[in-house]
Amino acid sequence: MIPVSYYLALSAILFTTGMFGVLIRRNALVVFMSIELMLNAANLSLVAFSRLYQTFHGQIFVFFIMAVAAAEVAVGLALIVTIFRSKQSIDLDQMNSLKG
Amino acid sequence: MENTAGLFFYLVPLIVFAPLAGMLINMFLGPKLGEKGVGLVASLASGTAFLTAVLQAISLGQHPEGAVVRLADWIHIGQLAVDWAFRVDTLSVTMMLVVSGVGTLIHIYAIGYMHEDVRFKNDLPRYPRFFVFLNFFIIAMLTLVSGNSYMMLFVGWEGVGLASFLLIGFWYDMDTLGRPSLANANAAKKAFITNRVGDFGFLMAAFMMFWKFGSTDFDLVFAKVAEVAAHEPWVILWITIFFLVGVAGKSAQIPLYIWLPDAMAGPTPVSALIHAATMVTAGVYLITRSYPIYSLSHDAQYIVATVGAVTGLFAATIAVGQYDLKKVLAYSTISQLGFMVAGVGMGAYVAGMFHLMTHAFFKALLFLSAGSVILGMERGHHHLPHGDHHEVFDPGDMRNMGGLRKTMPVTFWLYIIGTLALMGLPPFAGFFSKDEILLDASLHFPHVYWILTAAAFLTAFYMGRQIWMVFFGEARHAAAAHAEESPLVMTAPLMVLAALSIFGGFLNFPGLHQFGGWLAHTLGEVETPEFSLVVAGVSTLLALAAIGLSWWLYGRNPLQVGQIDPLKKPLGLLFTGMENKWFVDEGYQLVVIQPYKALAKFLAQTVDWDFWHEWFHDSVIAKGFVGFTRFLADPIDLGLIDRVSYWLSDLVSASSAALGKLQNGFVRSYALSIVVGVVAILGYLLLNAK
Repeated sequence: MIPVSYYLALSAILFTTGMFGVLIRRNALVVFMSIELMLNAANLSLVAFSRLYQTFHGQIFVFFIMAVAAAEVAVGLALIVTIFRSKQSIDLDQMNSLKG
Repeated sequence: MENTAGLFFYLVPLIVFAPLAGMLINMFLGPKLGEKGVGLVASLASGTAFLTAVLQAISLGQHPEGAVVRLADWIHIGQLAVDWAFRVDTLSVTMMLVVSGVGTLIHIYAIGYMHEDVRFKNDLPRYPRFFVFLNFFIIAMLTLVSGNSYMMLFVGWEGVGLASFLLIGFWYDMDTLGRPSLANANAAKKAFITNRVGDFGFLMAAFMMFWKFGSTDFDLVFAKVAEVAAHEPWVILWITIFFLVGVAGKSAQIPLYIWLPDAMAGPTPVSALIHAATMVTAGVYLITRSYPIYSLSHDAQYIVATVGAVTGLFAATIAVGQYDLKKVLAYSTISQLGFMVAGVGMGAYVAGMFHLMTHAFFKALLFLSAGSVILGMERGHHHLPHGDHHEVFDPGDMRNMGGLRKTMPVTFWLYIIGTLALMGLPPFAGFFSKDEILLDASLHFPHVYWILTAAAFLTAFYMGRQIWMVFFGEARHAAAAHAEESPLVMTAPLMVLAALSIFGGFLNFPGLHQFGGWLAHTLGEVETPEFSLVVAGVSTLLALAAIGLSWWLYGRNPLQVGQIDPLKKPLGLLFTGMENKWFVDEGYQLVVIQPYKALAKFLAQTVDWDFWHEWFHDSVIAKGFVGFTRFLADPIDLGLIDRVSYWLSDLVSASSAALGKLQNGFVRSYALSIVVGVVAILGYLLLNAK
């Protein structure tokens, strides 16, 4: 059986990849995908611990996260589409009209 | 028998309440009663008081120990308990009899006197007021003599002072000659203020008494006096000295006698009643009443006797140089009061009280006769042709008189009786009483004897001078030639007083000493010195010599119109001094009044206005306040408080500007700060996990 540390390492790599994607990329769609990547990294570690402790709590939690992520994707994509229509761009650095 | 006699003691409050009723009736109904009604009510009120006093005397005949009749509580504070109580003993009843008796006679006389006085002065509505004041005086004087404590005595003491003030200033809007002026009002003020000085002494003595004896009741004080004298003799001395100051004020002794001659501005019945017969003797009564205190201090006795004797001589010298009929009598009164004070000061209480009584008779007689003379002159002046009325005419100036024995025979004889009594010729009343004082002085205080004998010589001289000037010779003014005799309502009381002046001396006949025995019930054992033919003979011979001298100077060659006094030439400056009252008033003006006014002006102008208002208020308070507010405004408010608040606001705006930069609107930078924060927290936890 593969030790849980492997899963956790993979999860950390995925999370870090997503995090840098969010921080570095300016394309809203790519940032969006990076967020999904971070969510799934968290899901992966939840499932890994669930298996380690032989309980279902973590897996049930993952289902909730996937449901919420699906809803989030629906709203997020809709927002991106709307922004694109008004600005003809999905560059995040141009979306700064809320600054103080 | 003895029960019924003792009952009269409980009537004693009537001596105050009867005159009070008379005063109230005249006060509210006076204008409606008419002159006769007012006079009748007032005289009846005073007469009732006299009757009550007589009843007290009858009761005392049965119970010579007397009684204390308590009427009401007055002051009860802590230890101090002063009741309104009447003291009936032989001393107080003697005073009651003299005051109410002479008072009643003078009330009757005043009915006639004021009837004419208000007409000469053209102010009829003032008639009832006079009798209200006169009744008020009787109330106060009887309160004074009947009180059972020094506090009650003081109530009367102040009351008679007020009555004196009101009556001296009775014609407050004119002078003695009826011209519009403040002279009478000023005389009243002088009397009142001078008496205030004396009252200060009285109060100090009363306070000391309360302090050291714990009470002002006569019995309680006298019970402790020997004990206090043994431990603290200075207390006794100071009480007696302070009382002497009070006596000097009320009984017109040196140095406070100056008010009495001016008090002659009052109507003549007032001069007779208040300023000769009764009120001014209050001081003599006070010393007699305080005999247990005075007897314990030989120093005090020496001082009092000397003050009295010196006053007696000093006032007599002034009387020699006066031209006003009443002024001569006024200085004579001061002189005779000096005799009394000297008498009681020496411890000859009976002699002093005896002289007080006889003096009340003959001096009242003299004053009232003088009033009769003055009114007679006024009447004579009134009959003159109208052209003469505009000149200033002084009906009391002896230089305007002369030859009045022919026009006013009744008054003349009455005046002669009073004069002989005052001169101290036997068998008139003054002889016996004055002789007793001289006798006592010759035994105990020789210097007092010599001073008083000289005063007695001068007394006979100035009275002789007066008689020759007023009643003998030729009239020196048309008014004197036309003078008219006074009505019976005025002369009748004078006849009673004349009878008392003749026979009053037998009340204490040498050898019998009835009066001394009577007072001994109150004063304890009294000394009754043997009658001395030498003392009596010397004073009688001196009086006769003085009469002869006065005849030689004034009777042999009567004064002519405009002639200067025959004494002026031989005595020179000495007579100028007598004429001008030894410049004592001017001296007071210089030594007391002007410095006092200067002090008052200094306090008002320099201290109060210049220093306090101008400098202190403006410079210290106003400027200090302005400076303080400026200090609060500039350094404190602007410099500190405002600066702190500006600094706070600057801090807020600067920090907000700095923090505002963080919110740049870039989502990725927010995310980065979250990452940095999470990494920091996780890093911290990891590093501290071990």
